[in-house]
Amino acid sequence: MTKQTLSAPTAEPTPAGLPRRDFLRYTGAGLALTGLLLTGCNDDDDEVDPNTGTVNVGSSDLGVLNYAYALEQLEAAFYAQVVAGGTGTYFAGLGANSAERQILSDLALHEKAHRDFFRNTIPAGNIIKELTPDFSTIDFNVGKRATGAPAGTKMGVLDAAMAFEDLGVAAYNGAGRYLTNPVYLALAGKIVSVEARHAALIRDLMSYNTFVASDVVDLFTPTSATSAPGLGTGTGLEKSKKPSVVVATANQFLQEGSKLNVSGLG
Amino acid sequence: MDLFQIITEIEKVDPEVYERFDTRRRVFKHLSGMGKKLTAAAVPGFVAALFNKAYGQNAGPSVADVLNLALSLEYLEYYFYDTGLNTPGLIPDADRQAITTIRNDESGHIKVLREALTKVGGTAIPDPGRATFDYSGGKGSGLGPFAAALLPGGTALYYGVAQSFVDTGVRAYKGGAPFLMTNADILEQALNIHSVEARHSSHIRTIRRGLAAAVSGPGAATTPPGADPKLSPKSWISGNDQGGPSPNTNPSTADVYGPGTNPPPPGVPTGITFPGEDNVAQAGRTITTDSTISAAAASEAFDEPLDYVKVKAIARNFVKPNTLFLD
Repeated sequence: MTKQTLSAPTAEPTPAGLPRRDFLRYTGAGLALTGLLLTGCNDDDDEVDPNTGTVNVGSSDLGVLNYAYALEQLEAAFYAQVVAGGTGTYFAGLGANSAERQILSDLALHEKAHRDFFRNTIPAGNIIKELTPDFSTIDFNVGKRATGAPAGTKMGVLDAAMAFEDLGVAAYNGAGRYLTNPVYLALAGKIVSVEARHAALIRDLMSYNTFVASDVVDLFTPTSATSAPGLGTGTGLEKSKKPSVVVATANQFLQEGSKLNVSGLG
Repeated sequence: MDLFQIITEIEKVDPEVYERFDTRRRVFKHLSGMGKKLTAAAVPGFVAALFNKAYGQNAGPSVADVLNLALSLEYLEYYFYDTGLNTPGLIPDADRQAITTIRNDESGHIKVLREALTKVGGTAIPDPGRATFDYSGGKGSGLGPFAAALLPGGTALYYGVAQSFVDTGVRAYKGGAPFLMTNADILEQALNIHSVEARHSSHIRTIRRGLAAAVSGPGAATTPPGADPKLSPKSWISGNDQGGPSPNTNPSTADVYGPGTNPPPPGVPTGITFPGEDNVAQAGRTITTDSTISAAAASEAFDEPLDYVKVKAIARNFVKPNTLFLD
């Protein structure tokens, strides 16, 4: 990788260098980032590992940003395919003014914004490649897989949306601890709560009142109906997931050569 | 100048010197990177800034301070939902399960935050009790603009106030998280509360869309947002939601969706600012331009943090004077 744009921050802008310099200027995170990039230059985190064919996201702050970028790529590609309708009819069949059409359209825009943001923000020498998804387990003609469908039946659009949104929330929450730069933590926080809003609404569409449920939240049960606050079992906490757990699921939706390696995180 | 020698000397009289610079790891990260990049002339300024941060009078809130602010907000929410559930005729039957779940989640958060405070050697504030709160927004007078929210028939207003509380909470956790980075386990717990609050917000907003269209229960989720985001919002914050459920009262919900304190109050890490929810610029990127999307979509895609000063100012409207949320 090259470092000239970083070591000469007052040089004339170039198309390739501009985003990075803007980022440093506006975040004020230049000090921390400089250290990160030096670290990043010492290894080849951003390359596809020739032995395993996996995409290594790297470690520390850049690793977390790449990890988030990977998940946002997956979500953005999924919703783009939903609304484009090239491979399925479910979205096209939704009423023009239906809530669900509006929801899926919004989600496609939000996830595109997240993906583009990471693409434009992670330094060019450290960013992972564009991943190729594998959505062969999703039926884009169907909203919700039928209850009691036989094993191996493809997911519908809503099933997959719920899986991606819940996974994203659990992933961001589980990765925050690996960040050392508070600016990045704040940025991740801005995104994860939007993912949680998405997840809750998709879940309510699937089955009303499941916006929080025991598969995603460690629900709290009061000791009695009149207990004082704080007395009971459970925590009311989201069930965050470690990167290794998240990737086991995410890799099911990525083609060979695009599967993720998060061994540098945690 | 040998910085490490200086710090070692300081450590003899102040064993916590490393903790004062964010964390031990971060101070070394700064130093190892800085040595290669800083000119000799710039070093004294950098060192001054580092030590000012460590020993300046306005170091900002401690981990315990942040956790106790979060705990105070959880009590505010807990008693609001609990009171609602115990007010006959207020919460429609179709929503009782959801509001009970939300109330219980807040109770769990109270438990987690108390335990976290013990772990960091802090002292959790005592349970302030229901009587501390004035959900009318009257600072103890009971005569604020939201007094009807807890009366039978006040359902729409009740959910509007609930949305404002929970969105304040989401923003508060986002603003507080950077102060918790010295303790990874507690940070992760706070993040795991933050996303649950966002799920709550999404559902309350869904209920409100239904209510605005006279739909209760599952039909709320398939009710599109109305023309007025103050009454029938999306499940995410679009622009500034036109100031939220009640922008023209005092207190106003516009503060919940507007900008926080800028320049940021003491202790906020450099680079973190507090724009309103209608912000479309992130880390120097303009999201509307980068992704060719509308300002509404760009603002929806990113929630914004709120600083502790602004959070307390909002919350003080809902407690008796000199009880919680003190400066």
